Amino acid sequence: MRLLTHNMLSCNIKGVKNGYPLRLEAEKWTEKEVDFNAKFLRGIFPKIDWPALVGSARSFGFNDLLPDEAPDSSLLASDDDLLRRFHHALLEIHVEEGGLVCPETGRRFPINKGIPNLLLHEDEV
Amino acid sequence: MPRPELQAPPEIFYNDTEARKYTTSSRIIEIQAKISERALELLNIPNDGVPRLLLDIGCGSGLSGETLSENEHHWIGFDISQSMLDVALEREVEGDLLLADMGQGLGLRPGVIDGAISISAIQWLCYADKSSHEPMARLKAFFGSLYRCLTRGARAVLQLYSENMNQSEMIMKAAMRAGFAGGVVVDFPHSTKARKAYLVLTCGPSSTQTSLPKGKGEDGETCSDDDESDDDDEQTVGIYDRHRPAKRSKITKKGKGKAWVLKKKNQMRNKGYTVPPDTKYTARKRKNHF
Ligand SMILES: C[S@@+](CC[C@H](N)C(=O)[O-])C[C@H]1O[C@@H](n2cnc3c(N)ncnc32)[C@H](O)[C@@H]1O
Repeated sequence: MRLLTHNMLSCNIKGVKNGYPLRLEAEKWTEKEVDFNAKFLRGIFPKIDWPALVGSARSFGFNDLLPDEAPDSSLLASDDDLLRRFHHALLEIHVEEGGLVCPETGRRFPINKGIPNLLLHEDEV
Repeated sequence: MPRPELQAPPEIFYNDTEARKYTTSSRIIEIQAKISERALELLNIPNDGVPRLLLDIGCGSGLSGETLSENEHHWIGFDISQSMLDVALEREVEGDLLLADMGQGLGLRPGVIDGAISISAIQWLCYADKSSHEPMARLKAFFGSLYRCLTRGARAVLQLYSENMNQSEMIMKAAMRAGFAGGVVVDFPHSTKARKAYLVLTCGPSSTQTSLPKGKGEDGETCSDDDESDDDDEQTVGIYDRHRPAKRSKITKKGKGKAWVLKKKNQMRNKGYTVPPDTKYTARKRKNHF
């Protein structure tokens, strides 16, 4: 699972109001090179929750990869270095083993072989 | 063989053996690719060269998602079968995979997804595989969450094999209740084997979307059937027309009357189904024979 997907996931256990962001516990992760596509990055940027992205990148030790504050979208048009960092954070870091923890209930969804298990128990539906 | 949906829940039916069989059949690969290409076309994404973030619901081993990757899109796949997802991992698909039950709703933030496809999967929601399953409630959870996660104006194209009209109506009703506009596009309606039904749904005000696209082969144009004739494959994917069980008839004492029947037939016609013409025999009372 890439951070792009993590950024979109929200806990949907019945009754949970603040299921976002799921806290990322990464025990094992890899970096894989992905084709750089500026159009995709600029298109997806307004939909990204910036603090969640920064937070998840930090959980891997990428402390200076991204600025704390969401950059202005005009900067993405001009600052190639920033766009590449954004690309790396979003698409090139893959979580292989670990878990996703609901911020409200503490329920942990395990991640095995890169696949989060989001199946809910019957009393969570 | 009965339909897969009648044999076992999806996470049991698509076990390691079935998942492998499914993904090594060149016929299935070809059919699923064709359907996925058509679904992507029906998504009607602006032709601006910008890759989008899409969903593949019931992504299985990634046959449908591959079409999205080939067109440069990023995708997130949902599937309930670990075995199918394992095959997807082996095949190194480019999308991210989630082990999840669409009937429990998709756990995604609102308004972030640019479109969704689902190939040969959502009919599974019509079956209650556990005592706690209520198909209507599961359809509601699915369509409600799908509607919320899509951006306004985005489309979802869901190709499905429904067992009968009741099922397609039930699915359509749930989609409309969730707020979607749209209808059913049927390709090759006159062919038992090539016929494919796609729910084409638009999120948000329907005013932006004018009319439903036309189905392929509506005018009797045919497609070659010969490449879809392997019974073994049909059993796995669900091309059921030849084994379709007789329609269950509702038993009512009084019957529903001619006006009701005409209305229903018209509704079905509008949805793109082939319906026999209305004649003086339509919905007439039958004598009791003893
Ligand atoms: C015929 S396969 C199609 C797979 C893929 N879309 C393709 O075109 O090859 C149907 C898939 O739907 C999945 N499925 C069935 N019910 C599901 C559910 N409730 N939630 C998620 N996936 C489901 C099955 O596990 C199976 O992988």
